Amino acid sequence: MTQSPARPGTDAPAPGSGAAPVLEARGVSKRYGARHAVRDVSLAARAGELVAIIGPNGAGKTTLLSILAGETSPDGGTVSRPPTEIGWVPQQPALYGRLTVAENLRLFARLERCTDVGAAVERMLAQTGLGDRARDRVETLSGGNRQRVNVAIGLLSEPAVLLLDEPSTALDPGQRERLWEFLRGLVEGGTAIVYSTHNVQEAERHAHRVVVLADGEIVYVGSPRELEDAVGASGLGFEAAFVEFLRRRGH
Amino acid sequence: MRWLLLKDLQILRRSPLLVALLVIYPIVVSVLIGLALSRGPEKPRVAIVNEVPAGGEVISLGGEEVNTKQYSDQLYAAVDPVPVSSRGQAEELVREGEVLGALIVPADITTKLQSGLEPATVEVLYNAEDPVKAQLVQDTIKSQVQDANAALTRKFTDVALGYLNLVVSGGDFSFLGRSFDVLGLGPAEQVLRQAQAKVPPNSPEARQIQQVISFARLARENLDLSDEVLSSVGQPIRVDARVVEGSGSAALSSFAVALAVTVSLMFVTLLLAAGTLALEREENAFRRLVRGLVSRTTLLAEKVGLAAACSSIVAVVMLCGLALFVELDWARFPLWVAAAVAAALGFAAMGAAIGALAREVRAASLLAFMVSLPIAFLALVPSGAVSGALYDVTQTISALFPFDPALAALGAALDGSGDLLGPLVHLLVLTLAFGGAARLGLRRFG
Repeated sequence: MTQSPARPGTDAPAPGSGAAPVLEARGVSKRYGARHAVRDVSLAARAGELVAIIGPNGAGKTTLLSILAGETSPDGGTVSRPPTEIGWVPQQPALYGRLTVAENLRLFARLERCTDVGAAVERMLAQTGLGDRARDRVETLSGGNRQRVNVAIGLLSEPAVLLLDEPSTALDPGQRERLWEFLRGLVEGGTAIVYSTHNVQEAERHAHRVVVLADGEIVYVGSPRELEDAVGASGLGFEAAFVEFLRRRGH
Repeated sequence: MRWLLLKDLQILRRSPLLVALLVIYPIVVSVLIGLALSRGPEKPRVAIVNEVPAGGEVISLGGEEVNTKQYSDQLYAAVDPVPVSSRGQAEELVREGEVLGALIVPADITTKLQSGLEPATVEVLYNAEDPVKAQLVQDTIKSQVQDANAALTRKFTDVALGYLNLVVSGGDFSFLGRSFDVLGLGPAEQVLRQAQAKVPPNSPEARQIQQVISFARLARENLDLSDEVLSSVGQPIRVDARVVEGSGSAALSSFAVALAVTVSLMFVTLLLAAGTLALEREENAFRRLVRGLVSRTTLLAEKVGLAAACSSIVAVVMLCGLALFVELDWARFPLWVAAAVAAALGFAAMGAAIGALAREVRAASLLAFMVSLPIAFLALVPSGAVSGALYDVTQTISALFPFDPALAALGAALDGSGDLLGPLVHLLVLTLAFGGAARLGLRRFG
């Protein structure tokens, strides 16, 4: 948890690459009727590591994250940690609009059975910079601030792993930048973060490793630079390499 | 669970429209029902022209004085009387719509009543612009006149019976200030028998006396029977009412109170349970909660408990409010609470099932309204209003929902007019059934 992370998006080895993963999924599968949403997926995240899950729409990113978070039961496979030990930030803020920011944090801190509820709330208000909005009702907040509260709730129990589903969706560039600054701070503190995004540049810029998911299956795991090299499109940039990678695989 | 309860109460406190609905709806229903029960129907406004001279209300029937004013007073009490002095004035008031009708009591009514030779007549004028109100006036006056007729008929019958007794048994009779000693058929027969004994047997005189004796006996025996005939004429049709189905002891007022409380309880509980459960999904919080923080069953129990507790309080407060208008038995207060809680639990479980099915607050509220109205309607269909087979269908459908047993439980709790345990057990079964359905719905809720 105290290991310094390598700069994301480089060839440097992923942080803690030699250490035991703090979250590990093995052979996870999920079907909805005849459709395979996720098929035999295995992945791991280590302390201080940022893992991005990318892929085309309908690839199974949200399903995979919700299985890792314990929100959806898999049809097969295992996840190494119980849901209560994993921080979870769903794509849509899961907050009570008629409660204030502090009341939302306090409620979930109690439900998470935090030992010192007041301290946990104060800590998250300070970390997310929402101290001055603590008494405001969530329904009056901007989308960016709601997402900050959403993230704060995921972090209340100081989890070793934080899962975020499309965390920057609906945020303006400034809010997005502040969110990533905050998340980088967590990673520097040793938290493992696994996030899904359809913004390929966001994956290239922030992730130590990317996991490419297509039709519910993992088709690539590695650093963004390695993906560019694998496609042989180093000069084109990561987004073009990603599109070419999928095209060659028929996606 | 307590933190979720606290959270829901905070949200309720900050939802003024919902709280207003929860508070105002039962108050409005209580006040309307209370006023309706305590005031009774509006009396029709009727102009009265009483041409009977002062002191002329008393008539003499068979030596007994009868004051007809008691009958006119009964009629005046059944309407909102507007005394007027002339027939023309009464007609004008009716025509202008100032009164719904006019009753003209002629000066000779008591003379005719006393003579008994000719029926007395009162005249009624209507304004028929509003057929419903005109019918009300007609019915009210007819009903009161029939009551007076019945009472006077009894008086006439008593007088006639007195005369008949005089003819049969003999006695004193006064007429126009003079007293007469009437022999009567019975004593006459005795006199004739004494006279017959004094004439030779088998003589023509003895046979003639025997014929008169036979006539007197036959007449006396048949006139004895006329007591019952005259009584039947006075009241040709009697009503013998017996209860064969339902409770005859249920007062209309307590039934109305039970109905008002059940309807309010149903709306409040269904909306609250369905709304608070659907809100968890609408706020995207449900999936976050059930990933280890709270079990689905606990969440369901919390919603059912919250809705049942809030609406039980509303129901009991409503009953206390209605008790200001209607006489309710306070000694049965614990039974009121038991019935209200059982009914609230049944409705809350049903509301949770609706919320789990609808998944959105607006859809859940709409569905709750749409489902509850026909259920209440079906439960109130009386036997005989529809065919037997259709009635059985309505009863079966009603038994599947909490309204019918809730109404029965509250009715029984209020006045002991029926079995309380049966409806309570019925509500418990429905609570478990709807709770199970809601729990199944939560499997695919998120």
